[in-house]
Amino acid sequence: MTDWLREVEPLTLKGQIAVPYTWWAGDTASRFFTALRDEGKILGTRCPECRKVFVPARRSCSRCFVEMDQWVELPPEGVVEAFTIVRYAHPIQPAEPPFAYVLVKLDGADVSFLHIVKKDLQDLGVGRRVRAVFKEKRDGHILDIDAFEPVGEH
Amino acid sequence: MGKAAIVGVAQTKYERRKKDQIFADLVFDVTREALADAGMTIDDIESVVTVSNDFFDGRTISGMAVGDACGGQDKNISTVSGDGTFGAFYGLMRVLSGFRTTLVVAHYKGSEGSVPVTTNGMFDPLFHRLLGVDAVSSAALQANVYMNRHGVTEEEIAAVSVKNHGNALNNPYAQVPLRITVADVMASRKIADPLKLLDCCPVSDGAAAVIIADEETAKRGGRRPAWVKGVAHCCEDYLLGDRDLADPAALRAAAAKAYAMAGIEDPLSEIDVMEVLEPFSYMEPLWLEGLGVCRPGEGASLVERGVTTMDGRLPVNPSGGALSANPILVAGLARLVEAVLQVRGEAGARQIKGAKTALAHGFNGPCGQSHCVWIVGAEG
Amino acid sequence: MGRRVAIVGTGQTYHKSHRPDVTSREMIREAVVAALADADLTIKDIDAVVIGNMDHFESINYVDTYSVEGSGAFMKPVMKVSTGGTTGSTVAIAAYYHVASGLFDRVLAVGFEKNSESDTTAAIITCSDPVWDRFSYSGAIPSLATEATAYMEKYGATQEDAAMVGERDRGHALNNPYAHLRRPLTVADIMASPMLAYPIKLGDICPRSDGACAVILAADGIAQKIASRPAWFKAVSVRHTYTWFGDSTDYNKGLVSLQRASREAYAQAGIKNPVEEIDVAELYLPYTWAGLKWIEDLGFCGPGEAARFVGDGNTHMGGKLPVNPSGGVLSTNCIGATALLRVAEAAIQIMGKGGKRQVPDVKTALATGFGGCFWSDVVILSAVRP
Repeated sequence: MTDWLREVEPLTLKGQIAVPYTWWAGDTASRFFTALRDEGKILGTRCPECRKVFVPARRSCSRCFVEMDQWVELPPEGVVEAFTIVRYAHPIQPAEPPFAYVLVKLDGADVSFLHIVKKDLQDLGVGRRVRAVFKEKRDGHILDIDAFEPVGEH
Repeated sequence: MGKAAIVGVAQTKYERRKKDQIFADLVFDVTREALADAGMTIDDIESVVTVSNDFFDGRTISGMAVGDACGGQDKNISTVSGDGTFGAFYGLMRVLSGFRTTLVVAHYKGSEGSVPVTTNGMFDPLFHRLLGVDAVSSAALQANVYMNRHGVTEEEIAAVSVKNHGNALNNPYAQVPLRITVADVMASRKIADPLKLLDCCPVSDGAAAVIIADEETAKRGGRRPAWVKGVAHCCEDYLLGDRDLADPAALRAAAAKAYAMAGIEDPLSEIDVMEVLEPFSYMEPLWLEGLGVCRPGEGASLVERGVTTMDGRLPVNPSGGALSANPILVAGLARLVEAVLQVRGEAGARQIKGAKTALAHGFNGPCGQSHCVWIVGAEG
Repeated sequence: MGRRVAIVGTGQTYHKSHRPDVTSREMIREAVVAALADADLTIKDIDAVVIGNMDHFESINYVDTYSVEGSGAFMKPVMKVSTGGTTGSTVAIAAYYHVASGLFDRVLAVGFEKNSESDTTAAIITCSDPVWDRFSYSGAIPSLATEATAYMEKYGATQEDAAMVGERDRGHALNNPYAHLRRPLTVADIMASPMLAYPIKLGDICPRSDGACAVILAADGIAQKIASRPAWFKAVSVRHTYTWFGDSTDYNKGLVSLQRASREAYAQAGIKNPVEEIDVAELYLPYTWAGLKWIEDLGFCGPGEAARFVGDGNTHMGGKLPVNPSGGVLSTNCIGATALLRVAEAAIQIMGKGGKRQVPDVKTALATGFGGCFWSDVVILSAVRP
């Protein structure tokens, strides 16, 4: 398939799909994000059927297919269920590598919360306790939590 | 289930950059080759399913780019946005509903888009998008959960990469055939712990096609049908934190259904070869656990124990799998194409001797959220 | 042949320009819950889910996996199909084949769009080929405007003729509590509205809406137990013929995809005289001119006769063949749901659940989808098991 390349210059056209998006957070996630922004609180919701606490908060339980209307405040602390230290850089990332993605089981929650860890990466491990560090100036989105960081001893 | 068979298959060679072909060219080529393989002309095709994704193609209504190229003119045509195994599933349903034949064709050009950006688009726009998580970093999290749960070592998953890249040496369509060792994988560049460069699939361009036919058409002279014995798919929860990433529950459910349809009780002894979608090395053992080949935690030792190697009891990914070429969406259909070639005994240097029953697998969504399992057999 | 299939329940959200109170998947759940209630089923009764939208309106990749919480697809098979404007009918037709194949007994079809979350035209424009068409012949309005001028030139139709279609559909929408635009619009209002691309004015074109629709399909033997009056599929036809806009614009031939799809559907349903044999039609008419030209392509009247046919009231409520009792696309347009709403509304008419928008004694209902590169889908439903 290389012959044609001698005869014709292989052109490309540069393009980008530049569609602006405004995602409505809806009443459930709006409450989650305003609590995060205004009070530095992490809110979850409890399913009235399976009694599981989901965080971040959402309107319905996918397993029981019922609405969740009971709000639960969760502590900004929990245990690492999974982590990865990212070594490649890309503009979509919120931090310079190396940084880590963590799934944190906040105390009292039944599911894990996805976020990042930016420092003390050498201390990370499954089972490690971590705590959310909130930004000073918060805008009402998930990065109002600046990152999680390891707490206490191993 | 009514009887149906795959009667024609085709795939392109998978490459990093196909500079000489646009989507329509790729689709045109595999359509013609699949027709030739089936001994058909385009007039024999009654219905068409194309497979593409608007994110990956950088185009709204991405199916529109290939409607002419696949011979969809004046036919009942549709587009599945998802892995090719799901597109083929729709093709099968159309045949079972009364179309004598359905052509299923998938295309993808990783060279034309940004994999981190488009796969970041899989994640929740409110909760996760801003975290920058993508297909690779989410897979690394899943690898961490899986390996930590069962004490799987990095060397054990590296052995999958060594096996599959080595198998790819026998596959003229593969993009990255490599003769490497576990030490090479371990020494390759760290991407996202525990994944290293050679634990990860390449970015690929390519296309694949299958033609599915009803029983009467499949039995007509000269055809080499691969009969559909069982097929099912299933989806689990969306947010990564809601799932047990080390337990592929949706895959287990899909496999159980497909096995029941095919009358398979013990996949390890009743299936001759498997082609599973493993863009990351740890996925092969994890999916094999989901497929019931072994108990949870035992998947990682299958290579070392020689079970899944070419001369093993159940060779897995003789083609080299997605580690050797991963045109997203096409990659699952390529697994099905390979399974068909195996039961036809036409897989060339990668043929598993005497293969009569083969399994193909594909998935959609982050960390294998929605799985599709196909079982094809040489006998109807 | 495949099994017989019927629609046994439908659900839709109230359609609005903005739904700030819900995310996409929460909005999907509203429609699914409504459809389950309509069929008196629970999510446990559903064997598989088919879902569709257009990716670039919400910028969500793999909507099938994203929406599980709302669609109820947790630990079920879910498949995503997407074909542009025809997505909704594509979803309905894919769900039909799910059941007809014998693999699934009860299938949930879901279409949705939150058009308020993006710039609709900026997204649609990317459907054109990036190398050839995207710089020039792009976006929904210009291509439709070209079709309209060709029709005017050929048959001498006027802008007022087209505006009658807008007045009719917006008038019908007053009977539909779910419709997005529920204010009457007259021919004079349309004529006075701002020109977008000659001859299309703001009043000639559909809105963009937030909304979702869900439809439940069931197999013969099961459908009768779920619904007292199931809406049986009698015909399903698809023509997504063109790739290039330039190939599809031989307007003197009419909307070829719709001509072919409808003729195939009539043959499947044994319909010889559509106006006599079809009781109600829910047509995907994204702009007023379609309500003239495309009903000729459907064979409701002869070429060039549409203005008189519509003007005589044949397609109004109480007419010979009422078109769009729901108010149609000109009143509600949540794109991925739009063509599914046509199928759902046709089913509602068969099931006799149309309330104020109900056409009396509907036995046969026709629904269409339009989208992509001048593509057409046709579905015919019947009160009589085929």
